[in-house]
Amino acid sequence: MKKWLAMLLAGSMVLSMGTVAFAEEETESGEPTDVTTVGPDDGTHFELWSFVDLHNTFYANMVEEWNAQNPDRQIQITFSTYPFQDMHNKLMMALQAGEGAPDICDIEIGQFPNFSGENSPLYDLGEALAPYEADLVQSRLDVYSKADGTRIGVPTHVGATVMYWNAEIFEEYGLDYKSVKTWDDYTALGEQLKEASNGEVYLTSVDTGGTDWLWLSMAEYGEDYTGGPEGPVNVMLDSVKNMLTMQQQWLNDGIAMVSTDGHTDTDGCRATILDGKIASFPKAMWYMSRFKDYMPEEEGKWDITICPVWEEGQKYSVGIGGTGTVVTNECEDPALAAEWLAWAKCSPEGEAHIWNDLGFDVCNTALWSDEEFAYSEDNVYNTFFRVKPYELLNQMAEDDAIGTVYTTANSPVLNDYLCTTTLNEIFIDGMDVETALQECQDYLDMELMM
Amino acid sequence: MKAKKILYSQKIAPYVFVLPFVLSLLIFWLYPLVSGIVMSFQEVSFGVTSWIGTANYQKLFRDSFFTTAVWNSVEYMALTLLLMVPIPMVLAVLMESRLTKARGVWKVIMYIPALTSVVISGLLFRLMFSEGENGQMNVIMHMLGQPSQAWLRARFTGWCALLLLCVWRWTGVNVLYYVSGLKSIDTSLYESGDIDGANAWQKFRYITLPLLKPTTVYVITISVFAGLSMFLESFMIWAGNNSPKNIGLTIVGYLYKRGIERNEMGYACAVGVVLMVIALVINFIQLVATGTFHIGKKKED
Repeated sequence: MKKWLAMLLAGSMVLSMGTVAFAEEETESGEPTDVTTVGPDDGTHFELWSFVDLHNTFYANMVEEWNAQNPDRQIQITFSTYPFQDMHNKLMMALQAGEGAPDICDIEIGQFPNFSGENSPLYDLGEALAPYEADLVQSRLDVYSKADGTRIGVPTHVGATVMYWNAEIFEEYGLDYKSVKTWDDYTALGEQLKEASNGEVYLTSVDTGGTDWLWLSMAEYGEDYTGGPEGPVNVMLDSVKNMLTMQQQWLNDGIAMVSTDGHTDTDGCRATILDGKIASFPKAMWYMSRFKDYMPEEEGKWDITICPVWEEGQKYSVGIGGTGTVVTNECEDPALAAEWLAWAKCSPEGEAHIWNDLGFDVCNTALWSDEEFAYSEDNVYNTFFRVKPYELLNQMAEDDAIGTVYTTANSPVLNDYLCTTTLNEIFIDGMDVETALQECQDYLDMELMM
Repeated sequence: MKAKKILYSQKIAPYVFVLPFVLSLLIFWLYPLVSGIVMSFQEVSFGVTSWIGTANYQKLFRDSFFTTAVWNSVEYMALTLLLMVPIPMVLAVLMESRLTKARGVWKVIMYIPALTSVVISGLLFRLMFSEGENGQMNVIMHMLGQPSQAWLRARFTGWCALLLLCVWRWTGVNVLYYVSGLKSIDTSLYESGDIDGANAWQKFRYITLPLLKPTTVYVITISVFAGLSMFLESFMIWAGNNSPKNIGLTIVGYLYKRGIERNEMGYACAVGVVLMVIALVINFIQLVATGTFHIGKKKED
């Protein structure tokens, strides 16, 4: 009996030690998940933090290329990767304390306003970006600028929103998704799909934890609920109301489902996509890399087109998501750091890595029409999908179809309320769109007034 | 010589011994406390502070998110008290009963969850209660012929998960407190109860329960603090600080959101000060109600 008990105890201790050790690996314990140093020891040393491992791999390549091209200005960078929220919190604490921040850091666009406000501790990148500025998508530079226009972040991608279609499903039911031009066409296609599949397959899923649909609709109408850098915030817009009303109707009619776990970029929703439960959804181009990384078995099944519009002639895309890379005020040689950074992310050499390794739609528009750059069969994204992504980008550039919705100091509050409360009220509780939006507006007025 | 005298001085030695504790109290407790209160009257932005009077507090009392957070925390505290005092007490009595077989095994089994990390257990509960088709709870629902549920979107089911996590994780710890409380009860009391013909319920009601009071007071006190300061459990179950309609937002979660996620340290400090006041008031009421101060007085007489 006693022996048995002792064994059980020992077993449980081993087990708990295992879980604790595992927990420490996984938790936001403040430890980076990966640290590497690249470059010669006598080079100028920088610290760089990111929340995406692949970004650091990309930067490491760029350090080596820089050192090969600039023998007299060698640099050495230590890269640390942290979990998403952990890195932003750590950076915030370090900058608040004035000690311990890295020289260069990735900041996600939704977090950016927290760092760009008054007394911003970020270095002015205007001079470093100047050589590339003319070729870059201006709206992408604007989102990483201070209110006075000072450039403080280098963009990674455009994040142009496109429509992803599971072409295999539509072929199976003999439906034509390519002729969809407007949201009315899209809804009609949903009805057909519902009938053909006996309600098994949904046309799409609507988000309770993300605002991509709203952004797309606003860009199409040329509206912006943040009111731009000057404000004021206003969610009572036709674009927002119409989109939400239409989506609510889809749910009532059984054409759409609510995105598992809130939005399409979650494990839950990727499982829904893999199960073939939803046949299409709008998402930024960077979602292509999610297909490659998390859903490789979907290769060849998916097509990408431009998004439906409310009325022909409207813009049909919007830049969503992104990472601005910054140089902090704790950097000892900010000019060199800034020059390297701008070169790494905006020069043709850098952009080639961004497209081929990371699969992003690059900000340097001069490269979009470059055959070799954009359409090479060596690039996995050109073969993964049934279309070459840059064909769409070039069409967008020609039509000037990419609209802008700003991310301002008010955005975190706005997003927070929409994603926790308003969208849930509308899609889960079935609350009237107008009432739910008014409630949101009232909260924002109160919160932002003070 | 003089140094030696000081070292061996009976008057000074006690102060030397308590010095590390006093210092750590001053540095890690009093300083942050004072500085937190000061900051709650300021706006803090990247090392630049400016006085804004009571603006943070004025905003706080009109902030509907804060009200939600306070109610959630208070409700969570109340519900955990309802669950985490009686259940462990009864289990502890069963554990100590001569009729229970393999008592050690049960104690170990109950205590194991306390050794796991909140992060991991929260993560597991999130996966179990996932709204996806393959979540464990949904698989069980399917076996019962029921449709899938979005467990964590609704308040009732979401809170069931939250409270289940709490019960699963902390029952063993509270049982341990009660077992040690039971051990300190003199067995002769039960013997005399037997002689007087008391039945099991009467012995529990008139001997065990009153003599466990110090343990109960202690368990309630720590549960009040733990309940009010709960954050990580909800943070893990809802994969962050944003739960649908804020059903999982707690006071500490809100403090974290404002201070760390939104860079409003001053406002976050005001939230913290209010949390402290609430905790102090509740504990004060509880200590008065359980007669803690009263006992002290009696001894003085």
